[in-house]
Amino acid sequence: MMIRQISVNRVQDAVRDLLIELAYRLPADYLAAMHVAREEEPSSLGGDILTMLLDNAAYAEAERIPTCQDTGMAILFLEVGQDVHFCDGDLNQALHAAVEEAYRDLRKSVVDDPLLRRNTGDNTPPIIHYEIVPGDQVHITALMKGFGAELMSRLRMMPPSEGVEGVKRFVLETVKLAGPNACPPLIVGVGLGGSFDTVALLAKKALIRPLGEPNPQPHLAQLERELLESINDLDIGPQGFGGMTTALAVHVEAYATHIAALPVAVNLNCSAPRVGKLRIED
Amino acid sequence: MDTRSLTTPFTDDDVASLRAGDLVRISGVIYGARDAAHGRMVEALERGEPQPVDLRGQVIYYVGPAPAKPGHVIGPAGPTTSGRMDPYTVQMLEQGVKGFIGKGYRSDAIKAALVTYRAVYFAAVGGAAALLARHITASRVVAYPDLGPEAIRELTVVDFPAIVVNDVWGGDAYKKLEVGD
Repeated sequence: MMIRQISVNRVQDAVRDLLIELAYRLPADYLAAMHVAREEEPSSLGGDILTMLLDNAAYAEAERIPTCQDTGMAILFLEVGQDVHFCDGDLNQALHAAVEEAYRDLRKSVVDDPLLRRNTGDNTPPIIHYEIVPGDQVHITALMKGFGAELMSRLRMMPPSEGVEGVKRFVLETVKLAGPNACPPLIVGVGLGGSFDTVALLAKKALIRPLGEPNPQPHLAQLERELLESINDLDIGPQGFGGMTTALAVHVEAYATHIAALPVAVNLNCSAPRVGKLRIED
Repeated sequence: MDTRSLTTPFTDDDVASLRAGDLVRISGVIYGARDAAHGRMVEALERGEPQPVDLRGQVIYYVGPAPAKPGHVIGPAGPTTSGRMDPYTVQMLEQGVKGFIGKGYRSDAIKAALVTYRAVYFAAVGGAAALLARHITASRVVAYPDLGPEAIRELTVVDFPAIVVNDVWGGDAYKKLEVGD
């Protein structure tokens, strides 16, 4: 078996370039969903707001300026093939350097300590999740996460008796509490199962799935459809001024859990969902 | 719907004429300040020190702009979540602030304080930061430069688009959603 050598410099350049691109250009799947939503939005003000957001995306891309001033905290998911060896340095350091370089012309939104709150000045550190997978490929997904929506995200360790109805209540309650704060139209990531730590990560992973792609498990795909319909019946609408475009998609990710619990986490993404994926080429 | 044009600083008549749901265009000088700047201003007040800017009749915009591209006066500059500034808002009203621009819910206490102090809360469209920045024609850091994106900025705006959320009559443009059974 061959071990594939990958230079951390190559990873650094690729991640930096992806982050810069994400700041200026919103994903095609999101823009397509927004165009559909604007055609269907019955609220006049809601429709105007969707138009403004689409105009904003087009203007930012043409001018090569960020779509939103909050270019977020960089969250990186690395799927690393087990036949890969990283060379030419420290991979974590390379990822930090990629973030530092990418954010040179972007807003620095990271503080070094949650209580002392000193701006780090370069938007580092990123948040990095590693997963080891078979093969010799490296896939990296970057999420530039705005914190208006992050702040309204919630987690609850429910007893199993609450069941699917309890899950629905909690998700709807989270979206209601978020209201205009999370900058709807939203993407709603729901994590189910695992443990206290995993359920939050599942909710975050739900946000990086291609928009509107259903969960492969039929009962979870059904839950996604039902949640999306219920959320869009709340009449929160674009920016909270009423309408049926409160969420563009609900994604549910699930994992095995303990007989004693039904963990549920809801992670919200805003109207600037900067998500992108790359594969490290030779 | 008609769009009203307003110029800062606001008079009591200006704020009294506004109703929740009105679309407005704001021109004049406004002050950009968010979490850390509010913390410092309130600490200064508690120590009896003067404020870095005279806020009488003024409008505070909850914003932490992105850096400006060369040739631009400011980077993208959309609203941040207003509710985080609720703990500081009464002190700002006591300084004579007549308007706040942000996004999202205010607490019931702040909505009541807006009525008492005769001030209006406006929302700008969150996520439309690049377009909103086009309405800002000048930007100058006037206090706390060490806070970087959280410094207080004097911003000159022209026809800055906003929506009246909470007026001085207790009106609220956001729908009230009941949570819990």
